[in-house]
Amino acid sequence: MTAEVRDERLRQVSGLGRLLSRPELGAVAGAVLVFVFFAIVAGGSGLFSAKGIVNFLEVSAQLGILAAPVALLMIAGEFDLSVGSMIGFAGILIAVPAVIWGWPIWMSVLLSFAVCGVMGYLNGLTVVRTGLPSFIVTLGSLFMLRGLSLGVMRGITGRTQTSGIHEYSKDDWINPLFAGQFLQTPIRWLAEIGVIGKRADGLPAISGIPMSIAWWVGLTLLATWLLSRTRFGNWIFAAGGDAAAARNMGVPVARTKITLFVFTALAAALFAAIQVLVTGSADTLRGNQKEFEAIIAVVIGGTLLTGGYGSAMGAMFGALIFGVVQMGIFYTGIDTDWFKLFMGAMMVIAVLFNSYVRNRAMRSR
Amino acid sequence: MTVPLVELRSVSKYFGKVIALNGVSFDVQPGEVHCLLGDNGAGKSTLIKVLSGVHTPDAGEFLVNGEAASFGSPKETLDRGIATVYQDLALVPLMSVARNFFLGREPTKRVGPLRQFDIDMANRTAFRELRDMGIELRDAEQPVGTLSGGERQCLAIARAIYFGARVLILDEPTSALGVHQASVVLKLIVQSKARGIGVVFISHNVHHAYVVGDRFTILKRGKSSGTYAKNEISRDQLLGLMAGGKELIDLEQEIAKLGNGQPASGPH
Repeated sequence: MTAEVRDERLRQVSGLGRLLSRPELGAVAGAVLVFVFFAIVAGGSGLFSAKGIVNFLEVSAQLGILAAPVALLMIAGEFDLSVGSMIGFAGILIAVPAVIWGWPIWMSVLLSFAVCGVMGYLNGLTVVRTGLPSFIVTLGSLFMLRGLSLGVMRGITGRTQTSGIHEYSKDDWINPLFAGQFLQTPIRWLAEIGVIGKRADGLPAISGIPMSIAWWVGLTLLATWLLSRTRFGNWIFAAGGDAAAARNMGVPVARTKITLFVFTALAAALFAAIQVLVTGSADTLRGNQKEFEAIIAVVIGGTLLTGGYGSAMGAMFGALIFGVVQMGIFYTGIDTDWFKLFMGAMMVIAVLFNSYVRNRAMRSR
Repeated sequence: MTVPLVELRSVSKYFGKVIALNGVSFDVQPGEVHCLLGDNGAGKSTLIKVLSGVHTPDAGEFLVNGEAASFGSPKETLDRGIATVYQDLALVPLMSVARNFFLGREPTKRVGPLRQFDIDMANRTAFRELRDMGIELRDAEQPVGTLSGGERQCLAIARAIYFGARVLILDEPTSALGVHQASVVLKLIVQSKARGIGVVFISHNVHHAYVVGDRFTILKRGKSSGTYAKNEISRDQLLGLMAGGKELIDLEQEIAKLGNGQPASGPH
């Protein structure tokens, strides 16, 4: 802020006060808590070794790839419950053409992105045209896409899953984009000087950072930039905050929402591409409940369920908490059955905390 | 008199069998506040919608700067500098003052290959424009939800002026406000007038209208009861005309009866 925009009534708000009115505060605090907790409980179990860190970051990254566009959509006041089924569907679209029809992997991946984009467009168009709640429309898509995946897959292959996709993908130029690694050289160097442990055979414990983590960080930064520094971002906030007011001011609310439905569908396709190329298999049941996990991450991240308020950075921390807790429970040897109890409770607490933060922000500062 | 910015000549508007407006004439000059007064159902809303391009009149003429005009949509009207500030104000409470100020018309700047929203310019401009109109903000980044009702009204008016309004149509801008808040809005109306903007001030509050108005048109049941300059009519005469003097006298007598005799039955 420049000197011109000073007002004697503008009390110097303390750093803490400013911080307390940020939407992502709850998620950052939660992440710190979770880290401290597992540092104490699981300190010696290897959760915070190089291998352990990459493991939980990979879990976080996959969810975070969904959470960033889901956050934008929720800020615009809409839900997409079809994300999970879309992942299974996208996986089939990659596997069937490659394995059965002999397409090159890059072509089937492109097909998957294109078809999912159209599906997202149809979701958005239906919501905008009918005026029905997106909760209902995409709940329908959730079931339809799952059914379509099962029907198509069994109809063509006679089974509900395919494996051995590595065969076809390992030499494809598109493979490193989704299943590759980056920062291999620095990591080798860090292992040389002893920062990263080595395996028994003398190789570094990790050979690089999985690409999914780059996608996660990249998409979060992109979403944050869109929200805070573009016209489109202003329209997202307005569409969720008060759609009628936005429309009266000439904001293309329908176009904004449809675009965001396309984004969430494309994120599901990206998730599927990474999963299929990393694991080498596709399954019609993939992505089950991912829509809810993404919503949990976004809500922990401080986004308002009713729209108009939130952040992509918060969703990133929400996804981080998710990964740390899931892998932390695994590393400490706690029965993983307790994971869902923990995440559910965490979400409710986060919502309580975030509504407190938001009320603070809305009070005259 | 100069050429009116906007003029309606014997305009009528029908909705099926209902005659919402019947031969109403109305005009606004540059630098003038023309008050449109009337009770609920008098046709004020219909007249606003004709002026703002939502409805096209079924009979009569619509002139802008002395030339016949017809508008297909509110957007076209707005492009000709006729801006309407409705009661809902078209503000998003959770968004900052600056983001609301530029909602739908965000300034952009080039950053490398990208066009991005110039948030600094938006903050600076919103703050300066509002200050120039006598609205002291604490911070252009504060959410609109933290503003008072009067400040919100002023923000909506300032926004319309900044984006080139030459005619401002204000729909009940003071009706939901307390005395102090209303006076802030009334001051802004006088300022707009001083800038040469023609203001159409719709109200059913004669007290507010009389303070700032130059001329007054009273609507009753879809018809105009005449247009009066301020020096032709007193506040009480205006009040009588608007509410229907007879109705007020009847009401007074009824209330007097209630006070004298029978105790009121029940809480209502």
